[in-house]
Amino acid sequence: MLTIKNLHAEVEGKQILKGINLEIGKGEMHAIMGPNGSGKSSLASVLAGRENYTVTEGEVWFNGKNLLDMSPEDRAREGVFLAFQYPVEIPGVSNLNFLKTALNEIRTYKGLPALEGREFLKLTKEKQQLVDFNANLMNRSLNEGFSGGEKKRNEIFQLAMLDPQLAILDETDSGLDIDALRIVSNGVNKLRDAEKSFVVITHYQRLLEYIVPDFVHVLYNGRIIKTGTKELALELEERGYDWLKEELHLKESV
Amino acid sequence: MTAGTQRHSPFEIQIISNIMTSDITMPFYQAITEDVNALSAQVSPAQDELQCIRREALDRFSALGLPTLKTEAWRYTNIQRFLKEYPYELLTAAATVPASVTEKAAIPQLDCYRIVLVNGHLQADISELPAGKGITIGALSAHTQAPGFVNWFNKQPHLSGESLAALNTALFADGLYIELAANAVIDKPVHIVNVYTSGTHAFIQPRHLWVLNRNAAATVIESTIHPDTNTVAFANSVLETVIEENAELWHYNIQQGNENFREVHTTAAQQHANSRYHHFNFTLPGTPFTRNNLSVALNGSYTETNLNGLYIADKSQHVDNHTYMDHIMPNCNSNELYKGVLLDSANGVFTGRILVHQEAQKTNAFQQNNNLLLGNKADINSQPQLEIYADDVKCSHGFTAGQFSEESMFYLRSRGIGEDAAKALMVNAFSHDITNEVKIPALQHYLQEQIAAIMNN
Ligand SMILES: Nc1ncnc2c1ncn2[C@@H]1O[C@H](COP(=O)(O)OP(=O)(O)OP(=O)(O)O)[C@@H](O)[C@H]1O
Ligand SMILES: [Mg+2]
Repeated sequence: MLTIKNLHAEVEGKQILKGINLEIGKGEMHAIMGPNGSGKSSLASVLAGRENYTVTEGEVWFNGKNLLDMSPEDRAREGVFLAFQYPVEIPGVSNLNFLKTALNEIRTYKGLPALEGREFLKLTKEKQQLVDFNANLMNRSLNEGFSGGEKKRNEIFQLAMLDPQLAILDETDSGLDIDALRIVSNGVNKLRDAEKSFVVITHYQRLLEYIVPDFVHVLYNGRIIKTGTKELALELEERGYDWLKEELHLKESV
Repeated sequence: MTAGTQRHSPFEIQIISNIMTSDITMPFYQAITEDVNALSAQVSPAQDELQCIRREALDRFSALGLPTLKTEAWRYTNIQRFLKEYPYELLTAAATVPASVTEKAAIPQLDCYRIVLVNGHLQADISELPAGKGITIGALSAHTQAPGFVNWFNKQPHLSGESLAALNTALFADGLYIELAANAVIDKPVHIVNVYTSGTHAFIQPRHLWVLNRNAAATVIESTIHPDTNTVAFANSVLETVIEENAELWHYNIQQGNENFREVHTTAAQQHANSRYHHFNFTLPGTPFTRNNLSVALNGSYTETNLNGLYIADKSQHVDNHTYMDHIMPNCNSNELYKGVLLDSANGVFTGRILVHQEAQKTNAFQQNNNLLLGNKADINSQPQLEIYADDVKCSHGFTAGQFSEESMFYLRSRGIGEDAAKALMVNAFSHDITNEVKIPALQHYLQEQIAAIMNN
């Protein structure tokens, strides 16, 4: 579904991604871990089309289409979704109006008729329950004054509403209390199917107990330096990243 | 004409007949710049108090002259250029329109009294006037003996230095008079539809006076309609409002003309102790030239004043909001927020003068002007003018001009929302600080819809 080849990207003249290679198949769950500042959010941003990143080398293919050629909105319409590490607050844009606009723009792109008020509300209700999203937040301004956890839940709620093929969750677990973590993870698990793929960026193995990944990648200094299965996450939890960094330096000095 | 025949019909007939008999054949611009004598013929010799006021105003106008770019208050607005555009004729005669003309200004679901003024003249047959104890409302010309008129007409000191206001005083035709006796409350909003129409290019000068006596309350909404496609109208309107002790006025002005309309709109308010005044000004695309003079004199303590403005301008529209908060008495609060969205090559001007007199201790006066500059050639001139002579006050002002936050735009687009739709959402959001203060749901909804429609086309 998604193929990333030798991806290099810079921001403000600074090289951040230094040759990422990643293959994500249909229905797969990938976890990306790595120390602060290693480039995890940058990778997510480049995939979603954030304009201050410049791709200097490499390719990204999504369902046979060149993702890097598309505007951010077209990527979303094609089925890429990014749950932000830091969702922005937009005072004055109501959550409901925002979602309706987004959903209908995507539907129009796909040649589907816009959802009428009633159908839309029905869908909203259904998805709210999935992630136990407080209905009172729906009429408020987008993320404005939401608690950290409420913002994260809103991201997953949007994910459920927009039903993308590829969802990238950037530290959705941070800021969630223990119950919320379970609820959100359950929500994600319910959304999982053979057609959908996920990339979960996280610092904590705990999330991966709820959302069991098929692959775990370690991103360090703009590259994926190790790929394993869920056991790798356990090992990282125990040992930290130093041993991997050392391994890398040994390899590089040879 | 002799004085005797004029007494019972204070000025309307007199002025109109003068105009019909005198010969202002020259364009109005020429008359007001080169030959004030031609105008002088319009004002008959001093016979009653009003004629004295008119004569004095005309003298003042000819002394002041039209503003130029050297006039401090008009530095960024070249009014003469706009007055010269067309050979306007001074229009004072009444006209009528079919009710259908006013439909365009209707605010869906709004339960209100609708009053239609055509070129300033009340058109009674399609107006519904609120009635009730202590409510006086009707043509200004019919109320020159009313206590509110006698006490308050032409009494706003802020008007005296403004030459266009003087011109209005000298030659106005008619307007709406509202007087609420002590404790009188109008139960529903009054929606005034100002229609401007003429067979020739016309210079039209409505004049209004609204007096709210002690504990009175009213909500007034104004809309503007200019249905003509072949002629251009230039309105120079003046409104005086008096808000007596503990009275409260909500005033919404919606400016949404078309390309054949230009406007100088002057509102001079004075507030007395414990009164509340909420003024909203919405200037939407359409009219190439708008200048709003808004001044508030605080003649009593413990008042509250909220001045809210939203201007959205496109093409080469010029919108100038000139505001003046005059803190004369202590312990008053004023809050001013003007927000602008400037598209294409639109030009915005904002002046926020705050004068805090030495006696006006414990004043809170806040002012903010925020702008979105979205057009490549759009610009804004914003000037706060704070003059503070009291020491125990809290005053602040702020100004911003910028584009959309990139973070917000990216967030919206990453959800599949195209750039234009995202901008429309953001403009609505930007306007939210103002529209959210509109306390009438139907009006709030109407304004939000108007804004969305502007951004989506
Ligand atoms: N706009 C920017 N200008 C300059 N440097 C930037 C910018 N955005 C990101 N960076 C830098 O890029 C590097 C990678 O940042 P990124 O946010 O991708 O890290 P991360 O792996 O997501 O970290 P964390 O685990 O803390 O979320 C960091 O050194 C960061 O400072
Ligand atoms: Mg990050």
